[in-house]
Amino acid sequence: MEWETVIGLEIHAQLATQSKIFSGASTAYGAEPNTQACAVDLGLPGVLPVLNAKAVRMAVIFGMAIEAHIAPYSVFARKNYFYPDLPKGYQISQMDHPIVGKGHLDIEVDGETKRVGITRAHLEEDAGKSLHENFHGLSGIDLNRAGTPLLEIVSEPDMRSAKEAVAYMRKLHELVRYLGVCDGNMQEGSFRCDANVSVRPKGQKEFGTRAEIKNINSFKFVEKAINHEVERQIELIERGGKVVQETRLYDSVKDETRSMRSKEEANDYRYFPDPDLLPVVIDEAFKAQIKAELPELPHTKKQRFKTDYLLDEESATILTSSRPLADYFEATIKASNSEAKLCANWITGDLSAALNKAGLEITDSPVSYERFAGLLTRISDNTISGKIAKQVFEALWQSTSTADEIIEEKGLKQITDTGAIEAIIDKIIADNLGQVEQYRSGKDKVFAFFVGQVMKEMQGKASPAEVNKMLKEKLQG
Amino acid sequence: MSLSTNEVIQIAHLARLGIDPQDIDSYAKDLSGILDLMTQMSELKTSDVEPMAHPMDQVQRLRIDAVTESNNREKFMTIAPQVEDGLYLVPKVIE
Amino acid sequence: MHTKTLTQLAQGLQSGQFSSIELTKHFLDRIRKHSDLNAFITVTEELALQSALAADTRIANKQTQPLTGIPLAQKDIFCTLDVKTTCGSKMLDNFIAPYNATVVEKLNQAGAVMLGKLNMDEFAMGSSNETSYYGAVKNPWNTNTVPGGSSGGSGAAVAARLAPCATGTDTGGSIRQPAALCGITGLKPTYGRVSRYGMIAYASSLDQGGPMARSAEDAAILLQAMAGFDTKDSTSVDVPVPDYSAQLNNSLAGLKIGLPKEFFSEDLNSDMASTLQSAINEYRQLGAEIIEVSMPNLKLAIPSYYVIAPAECSANLSRFDGVRFGHRCESPVNLSDLYTRSRGEGFGKEVKRRILMGTYALSTGYYDAYYVKAQKIRRLISDDFKNALTQVDVIMGPVTPTTAFGIGEKIADPIEMYLSDIYTIAINLAGLPAISIPAGFINNLPVGLQIIGNYFTEEHLLNIAHQYQQVTDWHQQTPKGFE
Repeated sequence: MEWETVIGLEIHAQLATQSKIFSGASTAYGAEPNTQACAVDLGLPGVLPVLNAKAVRMAVIFGMAIEAHIAPYSVFARKNYFYPDLPKGYQISQMDHPIVGKGHLDIEVDGETKRVGITRAHLEEDAGKSLHENFHGLSGIDLNRAGTPLLEIVSEPDMRSAKEAVAYMRKLHELVRYLGVCDGNMQEGSFRCDANVSVRPKGQKEFGTRAEIKNINSFKFVEKAINHEVERQIELIERGGKVVQETRLYDSVKDETRSMRSKEEANDYRYFPDPDLLPVVIDEAFKAQIKAELPELPHTKKQRFKTDYLLDEESATILTSSRPLADYFEATIKASNSEAKLCANWITGDLSAALNKAGLEITDSPVSYERFAGLLTRISDNTISGKIAKQVFEALWQSTSTADEIIEEKGLKQITDTGAIEAIIDKIIADNLGQVEQYRSGKDKVFAFFVGQVMKEMQGKASPAEVNKMLKEKLQG
Repeated sequence: MSLSTNEVIQIAHLARLGIDPQDIDSYAKDLSGILDLMTQMSELKTSDVEPMAHPMDQVQRLRIDAVTESNNREKFMTIAPQVEDGLYLVPKVIE
Repeated sequence: MHTKTLTQLAQGLQSGQFSSIELTKHFLDRIRKHSDLNAFITVTEELALQSALAADTRIANKQTQPLTGIPLAQKDIFCTLDVKTTCGSKMLDNFIAPYNATVVEKLNQAGAVMLGKLNMDEFAMGSSNETSYYGAVKNPWNTNTVPGGSSGGSGAAVAARLAPCATGTDTGGSIRQPAALCGITGLKPTYGRVSRYGMIAYASSLDQGGPMARSAEDAAILLQAMAGFDTKDSTSVDVPVPDYSAQLNNSLAGLKIGLPKEFFSEDLNSDMASTLQSAINEYRQLGAEIIEVSMPNLKLAIPSYYVIAPAECSANLSRFDGVRFGHRCESPVNLSDLYTRSRGEGFGKEVKRRILMGTYALSTGYYDAYYVKAQKIRRLISDDFKNALTQVDVIMGPVTPTTAFGIGEKIADPIEMYLSDIYTIAINLAGLPAISIPAGFINNLPVGLQIIGNYFTEEHLLNIAHQYQQVTDWHQQTPKGFE
């Protein structure tokens, strides 16, 4: 039988606030255990939550970016369950009235664009962490993370392969970072994914029973975990078994998912509106204000890059994948007289390669856009050749000099004096009469040999266009 | 409306609440009595009434995103039953 | 000294007639002498004397606040920094609060001297103070009877003159009912008027702290120090705090008093009815107009309340899990055992009953039938009050169906106990302010009159109460042996 996979993702994005969602404790990562857990985070008797404005703002920004309905009225609810990393015995979350309603995200898979529906996104507090080592059989609880604001983004079951799921997750990851609402650091758990996976015979309308795979913390594992789970379910059904609705954990070491029966035998979360918090009201004025401040979104920017700068799909995609990169590109264009295409090639090529190698982000680039623009200007006006430009770029990376200073200092200026070029060409022809003969008898390939020889002699400083033109004339005799 | 002892046991488990086995019957009886009281509510038609969660018709106030709390671990840990290396200790958590 | 009003105490302190140390020692002596009332869980003698000493210095330097040097006692539901805060429960028998409740902070700022922490029903769940882990409190008017609850320690301590005034909290009548049964004045403010931060939550949408004192005049002074907007409490309301003492002497001529016929039905026993009628006649003498009103949904207040309050409490009390504070069972074998036994040992029977009730009401399949239904009825009840309060300025009625009942009389029957809240809980559902004032005696036991006002009209309620206290002396009666 042919099977179809159905996947929906729940992504937990930690919002990049300074303080927690309901308290004034710091959200900084990596502090000593329990040093950032204040009275409210610990759920001490008598404490009360007060909502962080930034968290609300970030949720609305995200909602607008996915063109979602922003709830004019949203409500926090208590989700009740006992777990040692959950200090109050309930998690403050949103149930019936999430802050962000239906929206969507477009993904590209194999050159095709697909729209993935987003059911909702709601605000909630994160839990703490249980540590299992070295406590004579006991577990240690660190509540620093308790109360960190999360935006839980729930997709529709619109994805049909692990590949699509990964594309969606990457796109979302790119978006939240782009918007500045989440740092996206997956190692630190800032961006986590649960996947709801089911299979059904191709053509069947109803969904199959789904399993939820919890806490998959890398793109690679999402793909592997889903593929593994799909195989497991198909095998199970084909053997005559039934998929049970359950929570499963992906074990990246063994590359398998396993049932998490221990967590809560009978889930009855007894959601009800949190009486310590009042309805969050978002009025038109607030939305208008955010809309005005909303950065140009990646897909809009990409379209603009394609039409305004005549960039191809690939360059436009790369350049708009992060806001700093797009900003760098545009600043460079503005500061130089070069063509956009040349600029795009250099940024996605040499500059990106160098940054990658050094493990740097564009924001930390040792070559400022001004200095970079200086380089491109000199390529465009033929002062230097593309080959020399690579040398200049190296020097820009190493020093703080401008491209002009480097060109001057190292004497890299392209030779445009036709007399000088002519003299060298004459010399090369005289020294290689055999090759001249070959060329003239129709072996065009030899032409490249002559170009190479001339350029070598001129240490690359000649204009390749000029050399080509003159060589052709001379060789034809 | 009456609650069985079994239901009492289930609810007690949901609430992680230890109750003496000999008290279960009396809880079942008390809760059943309270539930009888509740059934009075069903006599009133309320389909067009908006539930009221708060006495005040107020909206949530927002706090400026700023760190206002400093480390108070030592003080908080003095009132904890079992701690080590700055962590609260509990019987092993099984994932 | 213990017979003086707060104003007289302040004058005595400032004129040098007595020092705060003397005053504080005097009350500490009385507390010791009458310890059999069991009004206090913790007496903070050392701390009180330190505060009194500091107050005397400030008085000498003429840097006084309204309550500087005046002793008072806190209900043990308010967290007090470095002082045991039990909430009447074994669960918190070892809990030294690491912070101050906003109310405590405000009273400290106002210069008050805390004598100690008052006994109460466990987690404020009770109407007789008998659910306290620290034992029942005795009513000074008749030590075989209850003082009411949950602020039973506060009621008894003020009535017995062990403290000039005290704080209380009221979720379903827990200030007004003990005030009535102990013959003192107790005000439950509008929900949101007094900060709930640091007040250990029972039912968050109903809980409200307020003053318990011997007179409306004193209650006004205490409320002045307690009330105010608090950024730490999202449900705190940002409206200006008026001068509660300024309007005490306003005339009541033309005051429209509503009497809900549902409050004065044949269910109300005849002694209570006639006592309240005399009080209402007093008001007529003072120039008030009496109007009958109807609030048809009042009868559903009890079922609505006993769904909402337990539901909220079932979640509020989940934090008591033996991990970060409070009682932890011996050698738990696993997590489930840790939770179940710590909570099973730490909570008393009434608390467990309400946690079970609330858990049930919120569980799958029952949420709509119980919780949502109760919230809808809550709105209907609230609307009844709103309607009535468009016709009249205030509503009057009984506080309790009977005077103080005997210790042990109702504790075995939870429903009977719940029914004793019948006149008070609707006010919490609506979030309105209400005051209980002494209005007479039946068989030497005090009777309370309840006055319910519109939102944020505490100054009006205090004015109405004070005018009555100018022409009556019920509030000045002192139980025998405590003169």
